[in-house]
Amino acid sequence: MAATATTNTVATDSAQTFDKKAWMGGVEPMNASYGKLMMWFFLISDTFTFSALLVTYGLIRYSYPAWDPAIYGEVFKFSNLYWPTPEKVYNAVPFLHGIDAPLIFVGIMTFILIFSSVTMVLAVEAGHRMDRKDVEKYMLWTILGGITFLGSQAWEWSHFIHGTETGTIISELVNGQTVQRTIFGANLTENQYGPPAFADLFFFITGFHGTHVLSGVVLNILIFYRAATGLYDRRGHYEMVEKVGLYWHFVDLVWVFVFTFFYLV
Amino acid sequence: MATVAANTATVAHVAEHEHHEPQSFWRKYVFSEDHKTIAKQYLISGIIWSVIGISLSVMFRLQLGFPDMKLEFLRPILGNWINESGKLDPDFYLALVTMHGTIMVFFVLTAGLSGTFSNFLIPLQVGARDMASGFLNMLSYWFFFLASAVMLVSLFIETGPAAGGWVVYPPLSALPQAHPGSQLGMTLWLVSMALFIVSQLLGGINYITTVINLRTRGMSFSKLPLTIWAFFLTAVLGLISFPVLLSAALLLIFDRSFGTSFYLSEIYIGQTGEALPNVGGSPILFQHLFWFLGHPEVYIVLLPALGMTSEIIATNARKPIFGYRAMIASMMGIAFLAFIVWAHHMFVTGMNPFLGSIFMFLTLIIAVPSAVKAFNYITTLWRGNIRFTPAMLFSIGLVSFFISGGLTGLILGNSALDIQLHDTYFVVAHFHLVMGAASAFGLLAGVYHWFPKMFGRMMDEKLGYIHFWLTFIGIYLVFFPMHYIGIAGFPRRYYAFTSYDFTKNIFTDMNSFISLAAIFTFTAQWVFIWNFVYSLFKGKKAPQNPWKSNTLEWTTPINPGHGNWPGEIPAVYRWPYDYSKPGAKDDFIPQNVPYSQTPESNLPHENELIGLEKEIEAQNLNDQFKQPH
Repeated sequence: MAATATTNTVATDSAQTFDKKAWMGGVEPMNASYGKLMMWFFLISDTFTFSALLVTYGLIRYSYPAWDPAIYGEVFKFSNLYWPTPEKVYNAVPFLHGIDAPLIFVGIMTFILIFSSVTMVLAVEAGHRMDRKDVEKYMLWTILGGITFLGSQAWEWSHFIHGTETGTIISELVNGQTVQRTIFGANLTENQYGPPAFADLFFFITGFHGTHVLSGVVLNILIFYRAATGLYDRRGHYEMVEKVGLYWHFVDLVWVFVFTFFYLV
Repeated sequence: MATVAANTATVAHVAEHEHHEPQSFWRKYVFSEDHKTIAKQYLISGIIWSVIGISLSVMFRLQLGFPDMKLEFLRPILGNWINESGKLDPDFYLALVTMHGTIMVFFVLTAGLSGTFSNFLIPLQVGARDMASGFLNMLSYWFFFLASAVMLVSLFIETGPAAGGWVVYPPLSALPQAHPGSQLGMTLWLVSMALFIVSQLLGGINYITTVINLRTRGMSFSKLPLTIWAFFLTAVLGLISFPVLLSAALLLIFDRSFGTSFYLSEIYIGQTGEALPNVGGSPILFQHLFWFLGHPEVYIVLLPALGMTSEIIATNARKPIFGYRAMIASMMGIAFLAFIVWAHHMFVTGMNPFLGSIFMFLTLIIAVPSAVKAFNYITTLWRGNIRFTPAMLFSIGLVSFFISGGLTGLILGNSALDIQLHDTYFVVAHFHLVMGAASAFGLLAGVYHWFPKMFGRMMDEKLGYIHFWLTFIGIYLVFFPMHYIGIAGFPRRYYAFTSYDFTKNIFTDMNSFISLAAIFTFTAQWVFIWNFVYSLFKGKKAPQNPWKSNTLEWTTPINPGHGNWPGEIPAVYRWPYDYSKPGAKDDFIPQNVPYSQTPESNLPHENELIGLEKEIEAQNLNDQFKQPH
């Protein structure tokens, strides 16, 4: 085992960055293990999954008009005739019932998620120092950040689903007659805040991202457990922390785009 | 210093490897992590799927060629899909067309072709012990197996398999009311494809990583065989395009099962014109997402075939491939262009004609790298010392199909001409030649060429020749007349042409002729299957390097074991195309022969490379047997 470990270190040390011989074979040219490369390629592929979804969002969204005070009246109200203004939809904060706080809660969520990326960086850095205690500490913070984000998202979804107290009156054609009806909140087929497509996309894309965060949290817990039980100390490196770290940063980066698309524009 | 340490480590490690516990039957043949076994699993699955897929096409060809024929004899297989009047059920006809497309494109020519040969050849030709991750590689096959199982089950359910065409355009595929095939069959189709995409991603990241990280010492990218370049670029294409299909499929699943309206808007159905509640979606959106995969998919199917053809043609023409770097550049060009031409499938969707002209322009540019490849094959053959092995014949056949099918691509790529030809048999003839038959020939050429390496036995040459000529002639007999039917305006996917004035009385005998040719070609494939099975058990024992080829796989033992090479992996000093080099003793010099051993044939710049040999040999740092595992 000692001999193999030596070879392994040689393999990583002798491949200097972009040395001409790095691409001559017999060596890992980018000085990255196969696992790390695979993670990168998976992330490239996942980028295209999310890109397709965000393109879908853009296409459907711009087939609807935006709210225009000159046409629809000075005071904004929800209607399925136009795409809603995000500040008016996402303006609630837990425990502050009835207070208009546009984008405050989602801002906090985003901050928590980005902060968990910072703690992930610290965990990776601690791994480089082979400092098990620090890896454990920062992985815990990262897990906590992920869980808090998921909890917040659950609250936001449930608020979105239940809707406002007054609801929105919509008129629809039933058997040739126009009927008025009040709807509260949103689901996949109807939506008090705007066109149903708005809710469809919101649930699908934030849900798809949330699933990614959830699997990230599961992976983080696994890594924490293995670090805490000393597996990586015995293995001699903390590369798994780095690989899962890549995934975690990616998920955060995707959130930045989702946030921009749904909440800012 | 480092080398010495490494060498002792290898010796110890090899010894350790020889004392591996004998693996159980399940681990060795079923849940195997060995790339060679996985490749064979893909090959066998691909052959089974191709028999199923082509049989389906023979069934609908019977209907098209002989609309009045009584098909009662198919009742034992098809049951009530043969209706009371003894004819094929029209709904099932649509299912047949759909499943033929799906099976041939995804299960045969994607999984069966690049699954088999990427797995088999990448580690052997780059000089690696195995794939980067054997475990993920095994998972990749078993996800494909699951996808296969689900797709196979969908053939046997009461409402029939998916029937909206292999492109599964909504709203037809999204509304269960639209067609029996849009019920459970479509759900199973989507589940199967989702599993298939997972399998492709697992396979793809493995191929790419193996090529980057596990090339043996000396194997720079500029010394890679063109097969490996093709598999590498194919994997990159799949990695980027399949996830978009995943997104499209997930959105379709939501539309079908959870009431969303991503692809649906303002639809009235049934005799009463009942209005569906869906508003706001766009079926055109699905087409964009689908073809962003669909077009690269064409090259995912074709590039591996082209790569293997390069290798087989150079080997059997006993000449270096003409334009090695031009071949790489044109493959890269094709791979890049593949992503920015998808809307040429959608010229008649009401697309802005200006946008159409941009996509037309980009599409026609593909003719340039394609022509470079075609000319390079021909110039490689030019004045070569050609050996017509079955593999060589199939490779030359591929070049023929690639050219004759590619030329009609120039016609279809024109948005103005496409208005007339869109969704006619002209399109069917075009893509069957250029991607269907060409890729199938690549697959067959690959099997004939690498069969000795896979199974340690030779395939029968005479049967190979018979198989080639019957298939080659048969395929042209099927698809050449089809162009005329297409130009006459016959739309594809139609059950019968008897109800329209413009199709009623023309081309009926040509349709019968095509059907007969299709049956003929299908029958000819049994020669291959017989040859394959027979040679598997009774074939002549293969020598180590039967084709006198230069690439590394022929330096392994006749039946390579775990880790492919006993002892050290060979180092590589030269490109893989040193055939008939002036001055050389033999007409081939394998990649692992150093320049210092061939002073008689070295060119001046090659003599300078002798000095690098020691350094190359010392750089042996990525042998998987020396890594802790």
